[in-house]
Amino acid sequence: MKIAEIRDLLRAEVLSGEECLENDVYAACCSDMMSDVLAFVKDQGVLLTGLLNSQVIRTANMMDMVCIVIVRNKVPTEEMIELAKEHGLVLMRSPLRAYEACGVLYYAGLGREGADV
Amino acid sequence: MSEPIRFHYDVDGENFTSAGEASVAVKKKLRQLGYPPDVIRKVSIAMYEGEINMVIHANGGAADVEVYDDKIVIILADHGPGIPNVELAMQEGYSTARENIRALGFGAGMGLPNMKKYTDDMKIDTEVGVGTTITMTVDL
Repeated sequence: MKIAEIRDLLRAEVLSGEECLENDVYAACCSDMMSDVLAFVKDQGVLLTGLLNSQVIRTANMMDMVCIVIVRNKVPTEEMIELAKEHGLVLMRSPLRAYEACGVLYYAGLGREGADV
Repeated sequence: MSEPIRFHYDVDGENFTSAGEASVAVKKKLRQLGYPPDVIRKVSIAMYEGEINMVIHANGGAADVEVYDDKIVIILADHGPGIPNVELAMQEGYSTARENIRALGFGAGMGLPNMKKYTDDMKIDTEVGVGTTITMTVDL
């Protein structure tokens, strides 16, 4: 799925990484616990979270993720936006709640390959 | 064997916002040096977890990375409170982090186990009231 499609599905506003919207991603994960992201993420390119601090961006960078979606219409700090730009990450904010956002992306096929649904 | 390439960083214990900057810098340098992505990922995740730990528990410290022909060694040294029970600290889910740290997205008790998982060798030298030095090796 192209990152641009994620933006459209989640009715999201893109705050950084506009130039990467045509890149493809294949799976996503959702967590407010960066410890768990560091422990359990493998090849998910998208991180959905309601957490707002610079460690969200650094964690995504460490895990080679390419797109961060801030849910529940929260507003990322300027520092997060700057860091995301620095690392070449797409940062977007969506009015959807985490559960809904995950559902929408899953239903649209993101990370569903091989799943029995 | 040729001289290792060394990187040194001081980790500021006062500032949670900047925690992880050393790991980001090392990741960038290893990328420039042309190391394979899986090696870079292992080193940077293990170091990042360690850096966060130093800021959460030990008021900062020093991070050194030594790049040899056959391995990368990460040494994280602090003068924090030390780890009273290393075996317990190594258990997944065990954490002494306070609620305010959990609110920041850390303190799930995955740090040390994760550092071990991502490295080929991890040694913990710790003394209560003196500090902790963690030496991690990733084989090339």
